[in-house]
Amino acid sequence: MFRPAIALVALASGIGPVMAWEPTRPIEIVVPFSPGGASDQMARTIQGIIQKNSFTKAPIVVVNKPAAAGAEAMMDIKSSAGDPQKLLTTSTGVFLTPMTTKLDLAWTDYTPVAMLAEDAFALWVNAGAPYQSAQDFVEAAKASGAPLKVGGTGSKREDQLIALGVNKAAGINTIYIPHTGGGQASTQLAGQHLDATTNNPAEEVANWRGGATRPLCVFSAEALPYTEKVTEDESWHDIPTCASQGLDVQYQMLRGIFLPGGVTPEQQAYYVDLFTKVSETDEWKEYLERSALLPEFRAGEDFVTYLQGEEEKHRAMLSDAGFLVQ
Amino acid sequence: MENFQALMQGFELALSMHNILYMILGVLLGIVVGVLPGLGGPNGVAILLPLTFGMDPTSAIILLSSIYWGALFGGAITSILFNIPGEAWSVATTFDGYPMAQQGRAGEALTAAFSASFIGAICGVLLITLVAPLVASFALRFGPAEFFAVYLLTFCSFIGMGRENRGKIGISLCIGFLLAAVGMDSISGDMRMTWGSGELMRGFDFLVVVIGLFGVSEILMTVEEGLEFKGKNARIQMTVVLKTWAQMPRHFVTLVRSCAVGMWMGVTPGGAIAASFMGYGLARRFSRNGRNFGKGEMEGVLAPETAAHAAGTSALLPMLSLGIPGSATAAVLLGGLMIWGLQPGPLLFVEQKDFVWGLIASMYLGNLAGLIIVLLTVPLFAAIMRVPFGMVAPLILMVCAIGAYTIANSIFDIWLMLGFGIVGYVFKKLDYPLAPMVLALVLGDRAEEAFRMAMLGSGGDVGVFAANGLVSTLIVLALTLLLWGPISDLLAKMRGKMATE
Repeated sequence: MFRPAIALVALASGIGPVMAWEPTRPIEIVVPFSPGGASDQMARTIQGIIQKNSFTKAPIVVVNKPAAAGAEAMMDIKSSAGDPQKLLTTSTGVFLTPMTTKLDLAWTDYTPVAMLAEDAFALWVNAGAPYQSAQDFVEAAKASGAPLKVGGTGSKREDQLIALGVNKAAGINTIYIPHTGGGQASTQLAGQHLDATTNNPAEEVANWRGGATRPLCVFSAEALPYTEKVTEDESWHDIPTCASQGLDVQYQMLRGIFLPGGVTPEQQAYYVDLFTKVSETDEWKEYLERSALLPEFRAGEDFVTYLQGEEEKHRAMLSDAGFLVQ
Repeated sequence: MENFQALMQGFELALSMHNILYMILGVLLGIVVGVLPGLGGPNGVAILLPLTFGMDPTSAIILLSSIYWGALFGGAITSILFNIPGEAWSVATTFDGYPMAQQGRAGEALTAAFSASFIGAICGVLLITLVAPLVASFALRFGPAEFFAVYLLTFCSFIGMGRENRGKIGISLCIGFLLAAVGMDSISGDMRMTWGSGELMRGFDFLVVVIGLFGVSEILMTVEEGLEFKGKNARIQMTVVLKTWAQMPRHFVTLVRSCAVGMWMGVTPGGAIAASFMGYGLARRFSRNGRNFGKGEMEGVLAPETAAHAAGTSALLPMLSLGIPGSATAAVLLGGLMIWGLQPGPLLFVEQKDFVWGLIASMYLGNLAGLIIVLLTVPLFAAIMRVPFGMVAPLILMVCAIGAYTIANSIFDIWLMLGFGIVGYVFKKLDYPLAPMVLALVLGDRAEEAFRMAMLGSGGDVGVFAANGLVSTLIVLALTLLLWGPISDLLAKMRGKMATE
């Protein structure tokens, strides 16, 4: 019964135009952070969207390799060169990890697929704090005897670079305290153990809505695009930019997808197409809005040029901070 | 009263036919996940998370939290039967559970462990039901200094309450601290003691070490003793459950103490691991049978299990009300909540009443379902002890290897596991305690991190550890527990001297 059908399929694919590459084994998405974090949520949302819309027949598996601030995942992708069924979700860590550790890693060893979004950062304070604007915060920092405590995720990474940027731009001297995750920093801020955090919107939204913390300004060039109310009377769009409050620090973080090195252009094209489809679904747009991520889709040359620009920018920031090792 | 009404509505929701089915399915899956070391609760929940995206959030969280309960129950099974803790918080259960199994009392040990789990969990849920908002704001008072004080309290209670040679406890503890320091230092972002190895960068995973130290070393010991199998006279009867239950009221004080320790550690969030060790340590010091702990005392199974489950359950409270996960599994559930479009945080109790109370109701029912299911399997699991050791040993070793491998999909971890097996064997031969080393490995880097964060914030001023009532109470309590043992020993010696004179 089945034989003729199989023969027919074989025949059809044999005589037709050359079929594009398709995955045959499960696709593994490697997440360089622990389950539950922002990167993990993105990977699992993508997994859900692809499976729900049947964009591919291959099953999708999410694997977390969080050790050493993502270096474990990057090593894994590096050693998987030529494997077209393994993807890495990544953030700015793709430059920061190689530059701040002595590990032999470089993003140019991987194949860029697409940038899916950019993540904003904001300056958050406890809801009961006296500061109403970034300027108030700066003045309080100048007046305070003991340095104010600013919390964020990880050491020598995005959050600390922003905190140092604030110190430099405002001529103040705050202390940066690294936490294992944005959620932890947010809770510490709610409990008044910190004076501010430089968290992403998604990391702080729960406490903002719960009336425990509030944003002073966002470190973006423009206000966030989402105008739907998040709290009783404020939307993401209502948060002023830091530059408009006289604190000229701008920083956004990429969220993107890489393949290992050594894959063919057809394989790369397959994933560019796949993620283009993902980024056009309503579920994805909902996810972006929920996490207040900025829809910045880039693929191909555009993505590579962006990566090169960002790498140079980060090299300069790290070297300023004295964090550059290689 | 408002809470009570909401809870009744929650029961109505959780008791619908399909939710009960999800509950039973979840518990069964959870037991399987809990029995296999390494697979563990967080991984099990993470693997099944995508399956729930199509379900309504209440059913989804019922299924996933039932897996959590099942894994909590299942972790005790391998600890007792084979001395291999399936989960980090089951380590303390092996201390007395495994000796009991060797004496042919596996059924009794399993029943005690499961019943204690149930009691602990119910204490935790009652806490959530009654004082949810109160407790949530208490957790906010914990800054880095307070966290460090909690960890210090755990270490001190273990040293002070220990009955082994204190020098040996200290050495074992220090080796644990040393191992915990390997890998990336989260405060400076630098690598420590990795010698350029990509494998060591991950640090020593707690489970790999524990599987080696306890499971593999135990097999080596048994092989040395000529493959003699000690569990062969295990009786398999359902009545063992009833007999064990009849004994439990005698240990009422221990159960209450462990519940209190567990609830407190779960909320603060010191976590189930610290709670189980502390529960065991305190019971050993204050129990009348303390001297027999480690030789197969039922109380030594009840104490850590009750504490671990009270903590594991209470840990869901800070997750729901503050968005901070109290355990790794809770962290995965948290990610799930966000994917379903629910925002954990102070508003969840207000905006998603149905969901929250449905979940809380499922905690009562899921634990009850879990208890019934696991109790029915007691004879089945106890029967494993009748299989000749020569046949079981290779199987255990294989399960150990699979467990070690699955944690990070790394072959290196299997070698590490075997290495720690030998270390464990040597420790046992030289009569060094393993537990302090394990405790230091799990909590050492967290304690260090909290200490350094506190120091960064205070600008190097140690005064931060006496800055408020909460932290100074914790520190004083820790030091009291630390000195309790030595001082009471000294007093006993002096009294002995006076008597002889």
